[in-house]
Amino acid sequence: MLEVDKKTFEEEVLKSEGFILVDFWSQGCEPCKELMPEVEELEEEFLDKVKFTKLDTGKARRLAISQRVLGLPTIALYKNGEKISEVTKDDASKDSIRDMIKNNI
Amino acid sequence: MENIYDLIIIGAGPAGLSAGIYASRAKLSTLILEKDKTGGQIVTTDEVANYPGSVENPTGPSIVARMVKQAEEFGALRKKDPVLEVDFTGKIKIVRCKKNEYQGRSVIIASGAKPRRIGCQGEVELTGKGVSYCATCDGDFFTDFEVFVIGGGDSAVEEAIYLTKYARKVTVVHRRDELRAAKSIQEKAFKNKKIEFLWDTTVEEIKGKGIVESIVFKNKKTGEITEYKAQEEDGTFGVFPFVGYEPMSHIYKDIIQLDEKGYIITDEKMRTNIDGVFAVGDIRVKDLRQVITAAADGAIGAVQAEKYIDNLYPILEREVV
Repeated sequence: MLEVDKKTFEEEVLKSEGFILVDFWSQGCEPCKELMPEVEELEEEFLDKVKFTKLDTGKARRLAISQRVLGLPTIALYKNGEKISEVTKDDASKDSIRDMIKNNI
Repeated sequence: MENIYDLIIIGAGPAGLSAGIYASRAKLSTLILEKDKTGGQIVTTDEVANYPGSVENPTGPSIVARMVKQAEEFGALRKKDPVLEVDFTGKIKIVRCKKNEYQGRSVIIASGAKPRRIGCQGEVELTGKGVSYCATCDGDFFTDFEVFVIGGGDSAVEEAIYLTKYARKVTVVHRRDELRAAKSIQEKAFKNKKIEFLWDTTVEEIKGKGIVESIVFKNKKTGEITEYKAQEEDGTFGVFPFVGYEPMSHIYKDIIQLDEKGYIITDEKMRTNIDGVFAVGDIRVKDLRQVITAAADGAIGAVQAEKYIDNLYPILEREVV
């Protein structure tokens, strides 16, 4: 997964063509760390179709809030720079993320 | 013939893991089933100051990580597979999960509890959008913002103190005129200059387009309704409800005896009304729900499961899993 930060987010996500998934996480969020290996597995499944990225919101708080993300974990799907879908908190699981991707691409 | 485990443990928080440690150490073939996240509620706790004998400055995750390691060292198997339904009618208990079906000679239910919702309008829609039940997950979003903590028990007040690490002001909103939290926790909160209290107050509604923008309170004594709006330069604030817990027992509703709140009724030996089915930890009826009581329940349940199995099945008859 490509690590993005507040400097590269615009370039890699908002100004990027195609489907981009963003895993919003932070160091303090244990459920996020538990989920991340499963998101990495999904990256293998959707290779060439979706670009997988992750953003440490601990270092990009205002950016996360600007993306209407105020709770972790949140996994969001962007298309041509626009957020089209997301799953958050208890609803964020490997299956729900896969469903979200399948329903949109 | 398919594998039959001596013991299937449902849930991998401190209660389930403790049962796993005791059972696998007693050489029961033990399967621990977990939903998608290991560790239960304690994983979202930053400081566990009252678990006796633990290493210095333990956190929820560090305590759970140690328990997982212990259980695995003794040979307990862990699988991630959410339980959908159970069939406890036969001598062999069946646990149907999302991916597979498992059979066990005995079952320990350790599914725990989850934070209860306030039940007001806007709460569900704005979860993850300013409403959060996990201070360690979402606290730092509210660095220099305002935060409301709803509730007056141990969790509410402890989390309020934790959130002052980030927020510029934390208001504890409580429906009574005094806290229910332990005195030592109360003292810490009263001394903290960032914490304010709103007494006799309930939350009527949380509002916002996409993120939390305002919250509506009702004073229980005067009936007065007030709406608090986010400061313009902030645009939002945090709402952290800690108003108690509800047991994760819905799939057992018509199968096992529950109390009126949905907690599983057991005796001192963790036995439910069904032979060979035990319940441990936060999901059962009890007074004190803490890591230490969960771990103690797990130990008792596992020993009872072992006794139950030894009575029913002479060792040679058991299949090797």
